[in-house]
Amino acid sequence: MVKYENVTVRYGSHTVVENFSLEVHKGEILGIVGPSGCGKTTLVRALGGFLNPDHGEISINGELVYSKSKRINRSPEARRLGIVFQDYAVWPHLSVWDNVMYPLKKRRVPKDKAAEMVRHALEQVRMKGYEKYMPSQLSGGQQQRVAIARALTCSNDLIIMDEPITNLDAKLREGMLDEIRMLQQRLQTTIIYITHDQEAALQLCDRVVIMEPNGRISQIGTDEEIIEHPANRFVFSFIGVSNFIPVVERAGRYYLWQVKEELCYAASAPRGYLSGKANVMGVRPMDIVFDGASPVKGVITQAVFLGSLYNFFVRVNDVELRVQRSTLDSLDGHEYREGETVGLRFLNEKYYEAEEGEV
Amino acid sequence: MKMMFHRTNKDLARMDGKKFGVDQIMTVLCFLIMTTVVILPVVMIIYNTFWDGTKLDLDMFARVILREENLEALKNTVIIAIFATLFATIVGVFFAWLLGRSDIPLKGLMRWLFSIPFMIPPFLAAMAWDMMFSGRGGYINRMLMSIFNLKDAPFNINTVAGIIVIEIVYYFPFVYMQVVSALERMDPTLEESARIAGAKQWYVIRKITLPLTIPAISSGTLLVLITSLSNYGIPSMLGYSKNIFTLPTMIVERVNRAGGDFQGIREATALSVVLVIVVSIALFVQRKLLKAGRYDIIKGKSMRPAMIKLRAAKYPLLIFSIIFLVLVVLTPLVIILLVSFLRAYGLPFAFENFSLVNYQKILIGNIAVTDSIKNSLFLGFGSGIVCLFLGVMLSYVIYKVKPKGSGALETLAVLPYSLPGTVMAIGCILAWSGAVFGITLYNTIWIIMVAYIARYLSYTLKSCSASLQQVHLSLEEASRSCGATHMQSLMDITLPLIKPAMVSSFFLVFLPAMRELTTSVLLYGPNSRTLGVQIQQLRVNGYMTQAAALSVVTIAIIMICNGVVKAITKDRKGV
Repeated sequence: MVKYENVTVRYGSHTVVENFSLEVHKGEILGIVGPSGCGKTTLVRALGGFLNPDHGEISINGELVYSKSKRINRSPEARRLGIVFQDYAVWPHLSVWDNVMYPLKKRRVPKDKAAEMVRHALEQVRMKGYEKYMPSQLSGGQQQRVAIARALTCSNDLIIMDEPITNLDAKLREGMLDEIRMLQQRLQTTIIYITHDQEAALQLCDRVVIMEPNGRISQIGTDEEIIEHPANRFVFSFIGVSNFIPVVERAGRYYLWQVKEELCYAASAPRGYLSGKANVMGVRPMDIVFDGASPVKGVITQAVFLGSLYNFFVRVNDVELRVQRSTLDSLDGHEYREGETVGLRFLNEKYYEAEEGEV
Repeated sequence: MKMMFHRTNKDLARMDGKKFGVDQIMTVLCFLIMTTVVILPVVMIIYNTFWDGTKLDLDMFARVILREENLEALKNTVIIAIFATLFATIVGVFFAWLLGRSDIPLKGLMRWLFSIPFMIPPFLAAMAWDMMFSGRGGYINRMLMSIFNLKDAPFNINTVAGIIVIEIVYYFPFVYMQVVSALERMDPTLEESARIAGAKQWYVIRKITLPLTIPAISSGTLLVLITSLSNYGIPSMLGYSKNIFTLPTMIVERVNRAGGDFQGIREATALSVVLVIVVSIALFVQRKLLKAGRYDIIKGKSMRPAMIKLRAAKYPLLIFSIIFLVLVVLTPLVIILLVSFLRAYGLPFAFENFSLVNYQKILIGNIAVTDSIKNSLFLGFGSGIVCLFLGVMLSYVIYKVKPKGSGALETLAVLPYSLPGTVMAIGCILAWSGAVFGITLYNTIWIIMVAYIARYLSYTLKSCSASLQQVHLSLEEASRSCGATHMQSLMDITLPLIKPAMVSSFFLVFLPAMRELTTSVLLYGPNSRTLGVQIQQLRVNGYMTQAAALSVVTIAIIMICNGVVKAITKDRKGV
């Protein structure tokens, strides 16, 4: 559906994305996720034709719309994309109806057919009855729906959403995600969903592309693949709260960050350990369990009840670890309090090469 | 322009290519127009001052500067500017504080009185004051002489001091406007915390309020200083008869005396360079002074500061203010109105002396007058519309297209704003007096049009660019991706969104153009007199009452248009 090939964009001497290649399949929701400034919006602008990459090719629906070497550059209006902008970009001087009608007017769709399409689009986003409203009379969420309806009349097979729900409050955000999902299932539209919110992306998208701050792709995969098998340390830390603990191997035994007998946590090589390198263990708070039998001991410095789970901070020597325990587990067993000494066992830990100065 | 682009894909592709888009065409146009309208006149002034046609000529410049009458004019200009600025600032700040910070009653009335001087052209105000206080002939002077049995006129306005006084009363509202808006936007907690800390009221005013408004005061002061340095209207109305010249009036006098002789025009050009140097020094000094302290205490949003109670001083201050404002703002208007009804100038204001004969004389059958009204309307509309479109195009190029050299483009567009009108006019004479491509602009209305466009372009540029910067780029991109061409998205989205700013910016040009005198007095020809020139001519030729009647007509036109602007900007929708 959409194909980026070796796209490079520079602003002056600053390279935003380099040799970016990506293929979006028909009918999927593809999330592009990354921290702010990693070049997500640059990719949208390049696709929309608002920015000319310094290198590479972009094609939409099999048609080359931009190629530096072949000197092809289709104008934005010829690319037939529906774009939902972060700030909605609903035109304030046009009514809801005229906003959604605009793309059809420009494409010279016959009047009655166009009216039918506008009605349909407004129904899809549940904005029926608001046709005569001006955007200033609508809430943020409603403006967002108008923007989506407009994108639908613009193109019913490819919509790009650039941070579409960032400006909404938390509750609306949740609902909007569900609606986008249902809309996509009804209409089988291909959606490219750009966000810095990894949770929303994992929840909504069929596939997620995780970008690093330097504009490179770290991983492309389904939500499961990314959560279960993060490709590298950046992905691991980007998609959730994580503890990183330097570890050391000494004579076949594995120790936490200091060669002390009592902090040996494994007697044989753990899965994924990178032998011959300085290792850092990455472990999620949910994957640290309390186990009195473990030789790794720590003191609980803080215990906070968060409803569905308990959040603990456990001090092991000089380092504070974050541990989470589901409330259900706590119900039947021992209740852990601040000041208590606990043993810690690590599950599902991942190993990454240590960065300089970490060990 | 729309006609040039057929909507085929080939053209679309090319439009967004590097070579020939709407953006590129507009950029090139902007540079071309700014070069002809602004750079050319300025370059011609410098060229003609220092180049006598064959060689570098510094002697002429030195000779002109050192001539006694020119030195006298320079001295007058500087003295008038310094004193007028100083006192206008004091009076303006006083009233700004009174209205912005104290609990004085009748603020609405006073605010309205402050807006009047902005509508009356300075030369008309000066003419009115001249009718009241010129030696033994002034109406108020005569009244005072008969009441108090005086032998001599108590006031003589036709002096340097007189010019200073009139400039003060005409200019202090400029300072007032700047300062009062700063006071209204100032964070009140800054003052409150000083009061809480135990500071006395007067101490707070001196140590907190005043220093915090310094940026606003100094920008008002600068405005007055530059306007005073380059003002032609007031000194020409008040000083000409007594041979008191300032640099701008001297420049006009040189050109008139030259009678087409090029050497005379060159001398006027040299004086223009002197005037520009004086203005630049003023700008430079102001910038140096401002650098010392820049505060960012003025917030964009309006707050309701606590009003200071005047207590016992309340009513004395109120009476003083109202009398002062009425005297300074309303009496000139009343005098002009009364004189315009008199059968003959000099008759006392009595009912049997009033008639409408002056209006009849000027409006019916007086071709010179009706022509001048037509000319001014034409110039106002013409320059307003041209400046409007140029302003939109320039601000679009500067803030949206952002080509290389957009900074230079902006500087060029605002440069004529700080150039005295007389200097701009001399530049236009030099640049356009010959035939250009077989078209002669000199002595036609078109040379005035070009000068107006250059002078007033910065007004529309400022207004349009402020509005355009609020139109987020994504609004245009959204329409592009909806299938609109670049041109269509400009027409459908961008222009409608800045329409309110465009309408008010048209009037920002139309109004001053209607009452313009400074440039047109140098550029008018037999068939291209403007309202200002015609009023001045009537007065010089002794038709005082008719001049007054035409002034009333001018002021009426201006006030009506002003009302229209207010009505339009009031129901501006939130964009």
